[in-house]
Amino acid sequence: MPEPVISATGLTKHYGDLVAVDGIDIEVAPGESFGLLGPNGAGKSTTMRMVGAVSTRTAGELRVLGLDPDTHGPEIRARLGVVPQEDNLDTELRVRDNLIVYGRYFGIPRAVCAQRADELLTFAQLEEKAKVKVDDLSGGMKRRLTIARALVNDPLVLMLDEPTTGLDPQARHVLWDRLFRLKERGTTLVLTTHYMDEAEQLCDRLVVVDHGRIMAEGSPAELIRQYSSREVVELRFGASRNESAAEQIAGLGDRIEILPDRVLVYAADGEAVLEQVSRLGLHPTTSLVRRSSLEDVFLRLTGRSLIE
Amino acid sequence: MSTTTERTEGTRENRGGLRALYAGNAGSVLSRGLLAARSSTWVVVVSGFFEPVFFLLAMGYGLGTFVGDITLDTGQQISYPAYIAPALLAVSAMNGAVYDSTWNVFFKMHFGKLYQAMMSTSLGPLDVALGEISYALLRGVLYAAGFLTVMQVMGLNQSWTAVLTLPAVLLIAFGFASLGMAITSYMSTFQQMDWINIVMLPMFLFSATFYPLTVYPVPLQWLIQAMPLWHAVELVRNLTIGALDSGTALHVGYFVAMAGLGVILTTRRLRALFLD
Repeated sequence: MPEPVISATGLTKHYGDLVAVDGIDIEVAPGESFGLLGPNGAGKSTTMRMVGAVSTRTAGELRVLGLDPDTHGPEIRARLGVVPQEDNLDTELRVRDNLIVYGRYFGIPRAVCAQRADELLTFAQLEEKAKVKVDDLSGGMKRRLTIARALVNDPLVLMLDEPTTGLDPQARHVLWDRLFRLKERGTTLVLTTHYMDEAEQLCDRLVVVDHGRIMAEGSPAELIRQYSSREVVELRFGASRNESAAEQIAGLGDRIEILPDRVLVYAADGEAVLEQVSRLGLHPTTSLVRRSSLEDVFLRLTGRSLIE
Repeated sequence: MSTTTERTEGTRENRGGLRALYAGNAGSVLSRGLLAARSSTWVVVVSGFFEPVFFLLAMGYGLGTFVGDITLDTGQQISYPAYIAPALLAVSAMNGAVYDSTWNVFFKMHFGKLYQAMMSTSLGPLDVALGEISYALLRGVLYAAGFLTVMQVMGLNQSWTAVLTLPAVLLIAFGFASLGMAITSYMSTFQQMDWINIVMLPMFLFSATFYPLTVYPVPLQWLIQAMPLWHAVELVRNLTIGALDSGTALHVGYFVAMAGLGVILTTRRLRALFLD
């Protein structure tokens, strides 16, 4: 097995009394696409910052590209590409200059930077915008420029913190397409997200993080198999009748979850459950059989209550 | 059960030594500043150049007709404009350097997130500090060089040592820029930033700029002598009138220390803010 590009054992970060990351173990292989899933405040960004060598750990072991970020920060950062949660493009510079100047920060010769800037503008579909001011770009364009910028030093690992948060569906799909191309080229991707479809699209393997700890780990399919059923039946009896109906169907499927607006039955065969329900003489106002998704896993592991 | 151990504070301070702080690439930060300056408003920059010229005309040649010549401690007699011009030169170096190292740094730090972006590259906090300070001092040097030319044209430079004013101004601007950036890096609100102006105006008026320090009672003289602008004024005045003494070395030492202190504080602060 090749040496992991990232390996963390018992990785911990405290901010005063607040425990942001509470003993996380991670290993990411070269070329892998690895996701950190979790609700807001779960410790995803803090973990990313520690791996990105811009935040020091309170405890635990961490190796990035075989180096300790505490002692080799600049060396590690030289080989990482970072896409932060909020765009921090240089608004005083134009689009192409953003790429060139950022490359210069890595000590890359100007001529090389200029050539890469042109290639990356093509990659990010921003050739037309080379001379435009950053503030005049749309949200999706800014995000693509941030990703292009993160690639200017030809990084071994690309770290993306919530890459598509706040983008419209079109912009998200364009972005996913670009990221998928990078993945195909063999770039290691590490990303955080709370979009389950994004995780399913992009990640070979992921961990679900909550309260600074890892709740589950595996490929999207493995996680669904382990923490959910193959299918989910969604039954709506009307808000007042959900509870009583749920009592009657107790025992159907693997597990039942009662929500204010509907009852969920987790089962291998959703249609069979639906038949049993009607045999019991129950007639839900609407019913739906769907495949189980990562979202079901996520909600099961991190709970439905709002964390703020 | 966790097997990790809490690391001691000692190892955190010494992580990586200078290599973790400095990539030897402050030049890229400086050239970024110059590139960004292309899009800034040149009117503001040019107005900064005229400010000391207007003061020289109004105070030196206008008000100066009532003042007459000044007799220095050395017995040397000089005209009033020749007395205040070096002080105005020092002030313009200060203003230029402080402008870019305070408000501009404040915006980049809190709104542009520029330093956050820089620090996620292989740059270290010392690269960023040196690059930004160098950029900030350029404006001070530019203003001072322009004003020095005005002084030469008007015959206000009394000695060949006036040539040394240029390196002296470089040092002075470095000192002000580095301390300015250090102080700004600790500020988090606009109200705090206003304190910089509150300190700078009296410093400009009372640092032996328009009249000798001897008019003040002794304790007040000490207070003013502790301020950086007084050292800057005296240093430049020594050079333009050609009266070098042991005090000159002291003034140089003051600014070397101030520049060093500013760089160290800025670097520490940037590390604390962006490499926590």
